[in-house]
Amino acid sequence: MTAAEMVNKLDLQVFSGEKGLDREISGGYMSDLLSDVMGNADEGQVWITLQTHKNVMAIASLKELAAVILVNGHKPDDDTAAQSNEEDIPLLGTSMSAFDITGKLYELIYK
Amino acid sequence: MSETITEEYSVTGGDFSRAGYASSQIKKILKRMDVDKAIIKRTVVAAYEGEVNIVAHAWSGKIEFQMDEEQIRIILDDEGPGIEDIEKAMQEGYSTATSAIREMGFGAGMGLPNMKKNADHMHIESEPGKGTKVEIRMERMVRE
Ligand SMILES: Nc1ncnc2c1ncn2[C@@H]1O[C@H](COP(=O)(O)OP(=O)(O)O)[C@@H](O)[C@H]1O
Ligand SMILES: [Mg+2]
Repeated sequence: MTAAEMVNKLDLQVFSGEKGLDREISGGYMSDLLSDVMGNADEGQVWITLQTHKNVMAIASLKELAAVILVNGHKPDDDTAAQSNEEDIPLLGTSMSAFDITGKLYELIYK
Repeated sequence: MSETITEEYSVTGGDFSRAGYASSQIKKILKRMDVDKAIIKRTVVAAYEGEVNIVAHAWSGKIEFQMDEEQIRIILDDEGPGIEDIEKAMQEGYSTATSAIREMGFGAGMGLPNMKKNADHMHIESEPGKGTKVEIRMERMVRE
């Protein structure tokens, strides 16, 4: 599944990084602790978080994540969106909670 | 024939908007030099955590990168408060980060343990009130 297909199926908002929507998704990781993501997430995964600051994109880029989903209707800071465009890593949003969107994405990927 | 690459990056304490810049530059070099992918991944985790520690805990610092055919060395040298009890700092979950830093999702106390886990060798020296020097080394021979 590509990030674009995920956006359609989960009805996600696209804030930035549209050029990266063709990225292939290998799984997901849900955490708001940056060192946890740094240490445990892997390439190609979708990161689900409520953190909206620019360091999120620095980590997404260093880890080569496929996309980031902001939960609970959170909006990215301006410089976060700008960096997502530079890195071509989609920055997405949902009004759902981390629990709900994780469950839905899990079902999409593994069922 | 042994080519050595050296780079140096400066890091400003408290400037989270640039945190990760040096690590991303290092990653670019490693990719360009065709370093083994698994080694790049481990190096990036260790470098980033070390860089963030300078930003979060120190006043200023520099990151030295050295690579030859056998090894990658990253030396993170800062001027800052230093670490009183290194053994305690190495424990997972131990953190002196401020609540503002924790709200950003930093300060989980997993940085030094992440560095230890991902580096082949790690050495910390610190003088309380003056600064901290962390050296990480990666062997370029692919692990069996
Ligand atoms: N460069 C440094 N200068 C001063 N103190 C440091 C430095 N690096 C780490 N420390 C100390 O060690 C603790 C643990 O570091 P770490 O495991 O990276 O967790 P965190 O950065 O999330 O607090 C820090 O909270 C801090 O007290
Ligand atoms: Mg740290």
